Amino acid sequence: MNLIIEGIKKAFWLIISFDPEVMGITFLSLKVSGTATMISLLIGISIGIGIALSKFPGKRIIISLINTGMGLPPVVVGLFVTIFLWRNGPLGFLGILYTPAAMIIAQAVIATPIVMGITVAAIQQLPDKLRLQILALGATRLQMVWFLIKEARLPLLAGIMAGFGGVISEVGASIMVGGNIKGYSRVLTTATVMETSRGNFDIAIALSIILILLSYFINLILTQIQQRELKVKSEK
Amino acid sequence: MKSEKGMKENIPILEVRNLKIKKGGITILHIPSLLINKGETLSIIGPNGAGKTTLLQTLSYLSKQFQGEILFKGEKIDSNISILDFRRRLSFVFEEPLLFDTTVFNNVASGLKIRGFKRDEIKKKVMDELDRFGIKHLYNRSSKSLSAGEARRASLARALVTEPEILFMDEPFSSLDPPSRDSIIEDLKNILNQRKTTLIFATHDRSEAIHFSDRIAVMNEGRIIQIGKTDDVINHPLDEFVASFIGIETILSGKVIQRYSGTFIVSIDGQEIEAVGEANVGEKVTLFIRPENVTLSTSMTKGKTSARNVFRGKVLKILPLGLFKKVQLDCRFPLIAYITNHSLEELSIQEGKEVEASFKATAVSVIRRSKNE
Repeated sequence: MNLIIEGIKKAFWLIISFDPEVMGITFLSLKVSGTATMISLLIGISIGIGIALSKFPGKRIIISLINTGMGLPPVVVGLFVTIFLWRNGPLGFLGILYTPAAMIIAQAVIATPIVMGITVAAIQQLPDKLRLQILALGATRLQMVWFLIKEARLPLLAGIMAGFGGVISEVGASIMVGGNIKGYSRVLTTATVMETSRGNFDIAIALSIILILLSYFINLILTQIQQRELKVKSEK
Repeated sequence: MKSEKGMKENIPILEVRNLKIKKGGITILHIPSLLINKGETLSIIGPNGAGKTTLLQTLSYLSKQFQGEILFKGEKIDSNISILDFRRRLSFVFEEPLLFDTTVFNNVASGLKIRGFKRDEIKKKVMDELDRFGIKHLYNRSSKSLSAGEARRASLARALVTEPEILFMDEPFSSLDPPSRDSIIEDLKNILNQRKTTLIFATHDRSEAIHFSDRIAVMNEGRIIQIGKTDDVINHPLDEFVASFIGIETILSGKVIQRYSGTFIVSIDGQEIEAVGEANVGEKVTLFIRPENVTLSTSMTKGKTSARNVFRGKVLKILPLGLFKKVQLDCRFPLIAYITNHSLEELSIQEGKEVEASFKATAVSVIRRSKNE
């Protein structure tokens, strides 16, 4: 019991005193997962919309593959990204294994199917005729896509939350491709794993609290936007 | 809305040449030729699945899966004029309002934003258009909070604020209750009339079509069975299908030639029908006569009826209808009567025979089509 109380005390001290190491780890986590989420949004939303709007044979198979990808185990992603970036792997020449760049790639691979799957569902649930209506208003294809994104903004927001939530809390891939190098590729999750295995529970608890608060605040902001929209919708 | 006098512009606003749509090897739409004049109102009527929606979406180039040519003011679309240019000169109103999930103002502004209008210009145009449709006070409301009638008005305002040259409407009033439908139709008629907007709209409601249009096209199974001036189609249906679709009850168009207090006489191709109500001499009206209000008799009963309208006619066809028979007559205008099986036998009415048909002046319902002609 003492262990936990002491741990929590220490943890709060680390947070309140803006411990440089803890802060560095937190910012790197945000940077890596934020960038990965941005990349997954670009790829996931654009391809997701493309798939949702086009007709081609095997569309259902593709969509079910994407949906399966929404639950990709991070360690599997970590394994394959490591193989690709390995010295004599296909992308070995890049020399980015055990760097934050590799972690961004791995996390983007994890988040993209999540964003893409939710985008496909979000666009498909819009009425077919809405697309024709937008075109009939004189929209170019790009303008039409923009209108559709605006119409599907609530489920898309859920996609962003799910994508970011998935990668900020992920540990397997980050540790495999980032290497958990102190001051360089160490993020909240990998640091928590390491400190726990060393028995430094105080630091581990501090890192966990930060991790939880972080994902809570980001989801709070997005939920706030979403709920405000819903409120406007149901008024009157 | 009348275009008889306004046809001096020779080039039709829309021309269709040998339009064909095939699906799975079957031709689902075939329109060898169709000319639409600037400023006219053409209604396309037909049963569900007749191809009305497909035709509208093809004419507006929303669906491009077709063979043949469509010309806008003599210019071939997609070669002389781009599809985008063409689409920016039309508007399309669907059966559902399909409003965007934002305010009424933003909805109505969307077509103008797409066209790159300036902010203050958009504001002025949108507010003017909302005013015309009587929903200015709703500008800041979420589209989700509107009633069906308000949503329809908003979607019409969105379609018309861009001042399209052609307005397409696909069953736009089918989900509205009659009072809000009628008031919306009146407002829309005025606006279209002012701007000389060409209107092409699909409906399965005959009275809507008659109310609105200069010409009617009757469609069935992907083909236009008959197209012509509203009166001609109503009074002279080309075949069984058109007759059954347009004339399940008797619908006649004519001009008021005499007026008494409380009643007036309408001439239908020279035959005179008396109706109850107010109308001015020279006014165009459409008459509806319900088949159950038409009494048939043979010459033996002549003179015994109190009905004002008595016509001799030839029995064209007798169709069974449960306890009744439906009798199609030619009294120099088409007339349909229901008669009980018993009476039919008693009067020995047969196809080809002459009978006398009578109906009261009060049995004629009237739609006034133009206040001054």
